[in-house]
Amino acid sequence: MQVTIHEAARLLKEKKVSSVELTRDYLGRIERLEPKVKAMVTLTPELALEQAKKADEKLAAGNGLSPLTGVPMAIKDVICTRGVRTTCSAKMLENFVPPYDATVMDKLNAAGAVMLGKANMDEFAMGSSTENSAFFVTHNPWDLERVPGGSSGGSAVAVAAGEAVYALGSDTGGSIRQPAGFCSVVGLKPTYGRVSRYGLVAFASSLDQVGPLAQDVTDAAIILNAIAGHDKRDSTSVPEPVPDYTKSLKPDLKGVRLGVPREYYVEGMQPGVAQVMQAAIKKLGELGAEVEEMSLPHTPYALAVYYILAPSEASANLARYDGVKYGYSYDAGSMWESMEKTRGGGFGPEVKRRIMLGTYALSAGYYDAWYLKAQKVRTLIRREFDAAFEKYDALVTPTSPSVPFRIGEKTDDPLQMYLSDVCTLPINIAGVPGISVPAGFSEGLPVGMQLIGRHFREDMLLRIAYAYEQATEWHKKRATGV
Amino acid sequence: MKLSREEVLHIARLARVDLTEDEITRYSEQLSNLLEHFEVLQQVDTEGVPPTAQSVALESVMRDDKVAPSFPPEAILANAPRREADCFRVRPVLE
Repeated sequence: MQVTIHEAARLLKEKKVSSVELTRDYLGRIERLEPKVKAMVTLTPELALEQAKKADEKLAAGNGLSPLTGVPMAIKDVICTRGVRTTCSAKMLENFVPPYDATVMDKLNAAGAVMLGKANMDEFAMGSSTENSAFFVTHNPWDLERVPGGSSGGSAVAVAAGEAVYALGSDTGGSIRQPAGFCSVVGLKPTYGRVSRYGLVAFASSLDQVGPLAQDVTDAAIILNAIAGHDKRDSTSVPEPVPDYTKSLKPDLKGVRLGVPREYYVEGMQPGVAQVMQAAIKKLGELGAEVEEMSLPHTPYALAVYYILAPSEASANLARYDGVKYGYSYDAGSMWESMEKTRGGGFGPEVKRRIMLGTYALSAGYYDAWYLKAQKVRTLIRREFDAAFEKYDALVTPTSPSVPFRIGEKTDDPLQMYLSDVCTLPINIAGVPGISVPAGFSEGLPVGMQLIGRHFREDMLLRIAYAYEQATEWHKKRATGV
Repeated sequence: MKLSREEVLHIARLARVDLTEDEITRYSEQLSNLLEHFEVLQQVDTEGVPPTAQSVALESVMRDDKVAPSFPPEAILANAPRREADCFRVRPVLE
């Protein structure tokens, strides 16, 4: 059985299936599919069945129910789960067991969710292919020779292959949307501050957000309903009211104004992706949207801004891994020697590369030229989005300039790897929300369409995404590689 | 923009990361390439533009300093690589 959240919720409510049955079914799917896709770092079958049993009791009693009650899911291994190891797919945290739950986990647990396990990712969420996991590479279920995208690759694959009904990921520069696009699922990065980051292991704190990966737009709205909201434990979470996002799902786009920023459709974009986007934009017009080409002239600078700011913040955040409080520890020689060897041996190549880059950009003599300059250009990019949203309800771009690339194709060239995030990272720089929805295929491989919205207007993004989804069949296609 | 071996070693020391010979060579080359690409930022006129540290403008968030339950020492020390009683054990700081 492979079901969406809204289908599962109906079946559970009508007692057509129990949560324990549904959970067993998904555990069976994991057992069958996992040798091929390798999406999961840690499986928690006992916990899942225990939670499913409790969910069944809750469903029988019939009160305090949420659409997530009894529905099995997977969590990116960067989100702290009390008593369940949380590795960030890093040797540094291979045996780390958090003493607390992230706020998003508190919320899912309160809703009666069932956790099947923790999903693979690029080490500390740094990467675009899940090849940077310290443990193993995750495979794209549409073509096992290709990457699933990253860093939330395990989460995207779990959903696309039907190992979980939905998953949570995190997105700092595209880490939810890019793998969602590569695996033909829906991935939403909420507005910065919409979802609490408490218990999300920090990568770049001014850019990180938690968000859903789902089989369709309705499911993404249901998950956002459950995880959004202010949290006094995260001072950057915003006390904006949380609407019922499922209420914004309407089948037409009358009166919706969409901008198509031409800077996202140039250099290095594959012709197959361009064709899919052309057809998708035409479809949005047929649904009643007013679509027009426009310009975001600072777009070409976003990559440099991101790859200065994110590594700078990472270099500060990852200073905590000193081999003393938790994690991998090298124990010999002086304090400094043991710390340097702990970090040298505990971090993988990409994480060290970013720590080095960030440390350089923040170091005396270079701070103004790199870090401060990047922060100023960030202001210009943010203003450009603000101005665009005075005229448009949302912007339409491809999620990635290419279809999923081959495993190993970009691992030797950091810049080429970084360029696969070129369409997604400006959105984190501006802090606005973005969603990737399945938009078709090029040579049998998935292509995602990204919709970008105003701060705190996830409702509008979900509305547009829903109307498009209902008018197309892409979300119903099942992965062909497994 | 070319990072010398000495500069790479200096950054590694600031970041407290021990690098192998191979990594020193590789990072010197890769970081130089990246920085060369990032030079494009110098073309942008940012005269009079304030920096953005965080995209969603919030005032400084204050809260009352109230006593609340925290984690028991055992919960926090459970992940410690080395401990002694209720303390983290570290290498000698002064020698």
